[in-house]
Amino acid sequence: MTEFFQSLGMTYEWAWSVATIAGVLLIALPLMLSVAMIIYVDRKVWAAINLRRGPNVVGPLGLLQSFADGFKVFLQETIIPSAANKGIFILAPIVTFTVALAAWAVIPFDAGVVLANINVGLLYILAISSLSVYGIVMAGWSSNSKYPFFSAMRASAQMISYEVSIGFVLVCVVLYAGSFNLTDIVNAQKGHGFGIVNGYWFNLLLFPMWVVFFISSLAETQRVPFDLTEAESELVAGYQTEYSSMAFALYWLGEYANILLMCSLNTLLFFGGWLPPLDIDLIPWFDIPGIIWFLGKTFFFFFMFSWVMATVPRYRYDQLMRLGWKVFLPMSLLFVVVISGWLMFTRYGV
Amino acid sequence: MIQTFAFYLFAVLVIASAVMVISSRNPVHSVLWLILAFFNAAGLMVIVGAEFIAMLLVIVYVGAVAVLFLFVVMMLDIDFAELRAGFIKNFPLGIAIALVLLAEMVLGLGAYKAGVIQLGEPSGLAAPLPGESNIESLGALLYGQYLFLFETAGIILLVAMIGAIVLTHREIRSPRGHQDISKQVSRRPEEATEMMRPEVGKGVKL
Repeated sequence: MTEFFQSLGMTYEWAWSVATIAGVLLIALPLMLSVAMIIYVDRKVWAAINLRRGPNVVGPLGLLQSFADGFKVFLQETIIPSAANKGIFILAPIVTFTVALAAWAVIPFDAGVVLANINVGLLYILAISSLSVYGIVMAGWSSNSKYPFFSAMRASAQMISYEVSIGFVLVCVVLYAGSFNLTDIVNAQKGHGFGIVNGYWFNLLLFPMWVVFFISSLAETQRVPFDLTEAESELVAGYQTEYSSMAFALYWLGEYANILLMCSLNTLLFFGGWLPPLDIDLIPWFDIPGIIWFLGKTFFFFFMFSWVMATVPRYRYDQLMRLGWKVFLPMSLLFVVVISGWLMFTRYGV
Repeated sequence: MIQTFAFYLFAVLVIASAVMVISSRNPVHSVLWLILAFFNAAGLMVIVGAEFIAMLLVIVYVGAVAVLFLFVVMMLDIDFAELRAGFIKNFPLGIAIALVLLAEMVLGLGAYKAGVIQLGEPSGLAAPLPGESNIESLGALLYGQYLFLFETAGIILLVAMIGAIVLTHREIRSPRGHQDISKQVSRRPEEATEMMRPEVGKGVKL
C-alpha cells in the first residue's frame, strides 16, 4: 500500500505513515462490525441448541440486535462509584479494548495481506495477550468492591496458568515451522500431511497440541466452561459489576475481539490459514480468494466456541487450576521434548 | 527524523514513569507506572533493532513479573501514614545511595566518552550475524559459543526453583485435604441419589 501512496507523489515516510493508518482502519473497522455480528451469531447458536428462537425482533431476522444493544448502552449514563479509584477505573476498559485490537496487527488475512509482517509475530501475540490480564486486574482493584476484586484475583491466576501451556504449544508449532513469522508458519503447512493436507492438525504429534491449544484458548478468553471470573451465581458480573454505559461496552467488544483473535490463531497455527484444506489442484478451490478460506475457518472455530458454551457446565476453580498445571503443563512440556527429538531425528539428522 | 522522535518519546516516558514509580503515593499506582516504564524500555529495544529482546522484555517483565508484583501489592493492607513515618529517618541513607548511583553514572558516561573499552564493537564475538534475524543470531551464539554457560545458568535457575518449592511446601496429613478428581467426575446419578417412599410418621434413615 506504501507504493500506492508513493505513486500519488508523497515522500516514503509520509506514504508509509498514511498507508499504516489506512491499514489500521481497514482492520479495526471491519473487526468492530464483525464483533457486532458475531455476538448475534453467538446468541443464535445458543438459542438453536436450547430450542429457543434467539434475537429475532430488531431488523430482518434480528440481524440489527447488536446495534440496538450498542445504541442503548451508548445512550446510558456513565456511573463512576464514589469509592472507586477514578483514574484506573476509567483506564481499565480502555486498556482491555486497545490490547484486544493491537494483537491484530500481525495477523495475516491472506498471502501478503498483513499490517506488520514482523519476524517475531508469534512472540508479539504472546506479549500482547499477556497484557490483557491488566485490564481485568485494574478494573477489579479500582472498583473498590468485593466481587470485582475476587474476580480479578481469579482472572489473573487463571490467565497466567493457561498462558504457560499456550507458550509451550506455540513452541511446538515454531519448531515444526522453523519461524516465528505467522506468514512463514502458514506457508510451512502447505502439503504438510502426506503432501495433500494443508495444516499441522494432520500430524500425530501436533494434533494433541491443537486440542490443548483450543481448550487453553477457551480458558484464556474466559469462555464457558472456564468463565469463573464472571460466574454470576457467585460474583454478580465479576470484574465488570461496577461498570455501566460505554465502559461496559468496551469490555464486551474487547472480549469478543479476543475470542475472534484466538479463533484466527487456531486457524493460522494448525489449520493452514488462508490455504484450502487439501493441496489438490483438481478441485478449482485455489481460485477462491484466500481471505474467504481464512474467514470461513475462523468462523468455524467461533461456532465451536459457542457450541462449547451452550453445552458444557462450568468448571470448579480447583479443577481449573488442576487442569492447567497438572495436565496441560506436563503434557505440553513432554510434547516439546518429543517433537524436538523427532525433528532432530528426521529433519536435521542425529 | 522519525527514529529520533520515537527515541525521545520512549526515553522521556521511561524516565518520567520511573520517577512516578518512586514518587506516587499509592503502591498500586507505582506498579502500574513500573509497567509503563518496562513497556517503553521495550520500545527503545525495538528502535535499536533488538525486536526479540523487546518481546522478551514485555512477555517476561510485563506479562509475568509485574503481574505478580501487582497481585502482592493489591492484597497488602497498606497503611500510608505508617509508610511515610520512616521517611525522615531514612532520608540521609537514601541521599547517600542516590549520590553513589550518580557518581557511578558520571563515571560510566566518562568512560564511555573516553572510548577505552569497546564492548559493542561491530567486529567482536558478539557481533550480529549479517543477513540473519535477531533470534537466529542469538540462538547461534547461545547454543554454540556459550552453550556451557547457558546450560549452567539453566541448572542454577532449576536449583533455585526446586529450593523455593521445598521451602514453601507443607505436607497435608489430614485425610480431608485429598480429592480424587477422577472419582468425582465418574460419579453417576444412580449412586448419588436414592428414591424413597417413606411411611407417614416413620421418617427416613440418613
